[in-house]
Amino acid sequence: MEGNIAELGQYIGVGLTAFGMGFAALGVGNVAGNFLAGALRNPSAAAGQTATLFIGMAFAEALGIFSFLVALLLMFAV
Amino acid sequence: MFSLLQEAATTAAGHNEGAVVVVDEAATHGADVVIVHGVDAAEHAGEAAGLPQLDIATFGNQIFWLVVTLVVLYLVLSRVALPRIAAVLSDRQGAVTGDLMAAEEFKQKAREAEAAYDKALAEARTEAQAIVAQNRAEIQGQLDAAIAKADAEIAARTAESETRIREIRASSDVSARDVAQDVAAELIRTFGGTVDQGAVNAALDSRMKGAMQ
Amino acid sequence: MATEATGGGLEFHPMDQFVVKPLFGAGEVHWYTPTNVTLWLALTALAAIALLVLGTRGRAIVPNRSQSVAEMAYGLVHKMIEDIAGKDGLRYFPYVLTLFMFIVFANLLGLVPMAFTVTSHIAVTGVLAMAVFLGVTIIGFVKNGAHFLDLFWIRSAPLAVRPILAVIEVISYFVRPLSLSIRLAGNMIAGHAVIKVFAGFAAIAAVAPIAIIAVVGMYAFEVLVAFVQAYVFTILTCVYLKDALHPSH
Repeated sequence: MEGNIAELGQYIGVGLTAFGMGFAALGVGNVAGNFLAGALRNPSAAAGQTATLFIGMAFAEALGIFSFLVALLLMFAV
Repeated sequence: MFSLLQEAATTAAGHNEGAVVVVDEAATHGADVVIVHGVDAAEHAGEAAGLPQLDIATFGNQIFWLVVTLVVLYLVLSRVALPRIAAVLSDRQGAVTGDLMAAEEFKQKAREAEAAYDKALAEARTEAQAIVAQNRAEIQGQLDAAIAKADAEIAARTAESETRIREIRASSDVSARDVAQDVAAELIRTFGGTVDQGAVNAALDSRMKGAMQ
Repeated sequence: MATEATGGGLEFHPMDQFVVKPLFGAGEVHWYTPTNVTLWLALTALAAIALLVLGTRGRAIVPNRSQSVAEMAYGLVHKMIEDIAGKDGLRYFPYVLTLFMFIVFANLLGLVPMAFTVTSHIAVTGVLAMAVFLGVTIIGFVKNGAHFLDLFWIRSAPLAVRPILAVIEVISYFVRPLSLSIRLAGNMIAGHAVIKVFAGFAAIAAVAPIAIIAVVGMYAFEVLVAFVQAYVFTILTCVYLKDALHPSH
């Protein structure tokens, strides 16, 4: 077990960022699920709201992508 | 699968070049340092790290070519493609609208034709009924006239027959009286009497009256 | 590089596919050097032009296959701008369509085996996002003057909360280009890296079938993502355009 303590911390940090992706997954699932629930209640209004769905999913997903970016930065740039 | 193939192509040059650039910030090493085994470099991953996306030295190149591409694409699309597609779409819109209007016109015509047909049908029906009624009345009239004529003829014949019967009867009465008078006179003569013509006639009258009644 | 050697010939080079290198020989990458980025940018532009220009050369009233696809792309972006940014947003339709076609073809061409994904580079997506950001900001100020700042001063909120909201709005306004560019590049990097990691597992015979199935599944998912990310980028452009044209609501 020889190695660099900084490298150890780096890898632990990268692992921790995976939590961020998981939470982003929750967020995206929440958006899609609520959209589906609303769409099933009122299917006629659903078609007009797909754009909103994608915007919402994009925002939720962006934060997961940010955690992925942090992981990449930790792995390669720090 | 493809990434394995791609690895073979890019590993050696790309890997090391990226690493060198980030570490040294001067791209001068890029060409002359060629490490063939990526595995070797992996042992020193900490120091050779570098994300190709964060390689500042290639940014100028990417941005330059991206701007060139975008400008070309924009010019081609806005000058050639979009007017053409817009023209096609509006042509189609026009064609569809024209067809729809023509269809609406035909529909209207069909509706008018149907109305005219219905009207003609109704007219024909009333006319037929009128003709039937007229014919019926005519036949009835002819029938009535024929019946009346026949009735009249029958009545005439009956009256004629009755007169004849009456004549016959009257004549028979007269001849029977004559016969009876003659017979009675002859009988009286035969028995040697004298014929009292007046008494014979009175007796005959009273008998005839009773017989005739 | 995440070059890990865990023995048994198992090697992962998920990031090597993103390396920018000159097309001809090896050497320094100058700003004018034709590189693999140049090649794939050109292919992207050619593919978009092929679809939208060559595909519609028949100008048929009843379209053939390529013309319908071109018209579908046109209609999609046209309707998006009209629905979100309104009629006056249609002035910027050519640029938005250029963005959409560029991103969608860059993403799809990046999925071709051995290809280079230009939209996986922060520099590329950053330029796209900054162009949108600067363009929208300029349009906002030109069209509305100082009223464009109403975007940050929300009149429907109680007066006491407005300064706090203004700070949040300003921050979120300036995060826009960052989130636009990182979202697109991040999705592309992540998808391609995951495919590559799965492909790396195919070197072990025991798990190779699973790895290949996973690569196929991820590949299908990435085709979907390629479309969705182009769509999202375009739709967010439209939303920002709406903010610039009608900042008060």
